[in-house]
Amino acid sequence: MFGAALIVFRESLEAALIIGVMAAATRGVAWRGRWIVAGLLAGLVGSAVVASSMAAISNLASGVGQEIFNAGILTLAVCMLAWHNIWMAQHGREMAARARDTAQAIQQGSREGSVILLVVGLAVVREGSETVLFLYGLAAGSTEGLHATLVGALAGVGAGALVGGLLYLGLLRIPLRWFFSVTAVLVLLLAASMASQVARNLVQADLIPSLGAPVWDSSAWLSQSSPMGTLLHGLVGYDAQPAGAQLLFYLLALLVIGGAMLWVGRRQPATDLRRR
Amino acid sequence: MVYLMKYMLLSTSLLLVAAPVLAAADAYTLTIENHAFVPKEIKVPAGQKLRLLVVNKDATPAEFESKPLAREKIIAGKSSATILIGPLKPGRYPFVEEYHEKDAAAQGVIVAE
Repeated sequence: MFGAALIVFRESLEAALIIGVMAAATRGVAWRGRWIVAGLLAGLVGSAVVASSMAAISNLASGVGQEIFNAGILTLAVCMLAWHNIWMAQHGREMAARARDTAQAIQQGSREGSVILLVVGLAVVREGSETVLFLYGLAAGSTEGLHATLVGALAGVGAGALVGGLLYLGLLRIPLRWFFSVTAVLVLLLAASMASQVARNLVQADLIPSLGAPVWDSSAWLSQSSPMGTLLHGLVGYDAQPAGAQLLFYLLALLVIGGAMLWVGRRQPATDLRRR
Repeated sequence: MVYLMKYMLLSTSLLLVAAPVLAAADAYTLTIENHAFVPKEIKVPAGQKLRLLVVNKDATPAEFESKPLAREKIIAGKSSATILIGPLKPGRYPFVEEYHEKDAAAQGVIVAE
């Protein structure tokens, strides 16, 4: 039971951090709560589907189907996060000013809604499918059986959700004038860490060279399986033993997405003045 | 947005289906039975790309992990998975079954020479 709780806690923490950041970053978007719940449910269903077809997926692409599948959904998530940030850079101030206009709010809500649904859903599918498989095996092999495993798993999810909730509430305390800048940076870092995971999967699928594996080994200073390490891994993409390709993808994501955000955002002041 | 998703779906599917043409490396088999590796030592030629087929005969999932090889993969119960490694410099590359990593039987090594 404790084993299940611990593993599920770590997996759900990763998803909870992403959901917490997204929930804060989309503050002001109409109906975002429903989109998040929809993403969660879709992700849970997706996890069950992916877990049950894991053997089939794995055997595709001469055995590295799993890595390609992971790389695919991670890339989609990176694009969603990039789109969100670039869109926010362009319309963020407009959005806050126009929040009173219901029609506008709903239109913005449904556009952002699909981003929220996808990012949340993909995060849950990624973490959930591995967790489902692991729990199935644990329940089958354990002397305590299915019941104890499920209780442990629920406790793990609860703890993960708690941390995610605390992150969300903590972010909401940030003064409004900094709030969207902070969430923009957090989302950018999430996108970059997912990009580094894309690289990791592509290296394991032998589709790109590793460019030095590992470039450093900081597991003596901060192990990735320690609480702080897990937190940093989920929020910022910390990897104790990263491959060169991972660092490259991380930097590229920061530069490309960050650059696009700055480029799009600098056009705003003139727009604001005109609207006055 | 929808266009992007369709593009992603298409390219991922194409990669999944087309990649069999890409890989053509030597294959080695590693079996996991009762949370133990059989064989515990695999000799491979250095400097070549290799495919390691890990067959999990247990009903419970196992996780093959090797930090020196920078590979980790979960293998569901009663199924197998392929892990691509190499080219390797000559040396010893230990691996473990992470769910039972403390057991001596759940450890092995790939020797490249």
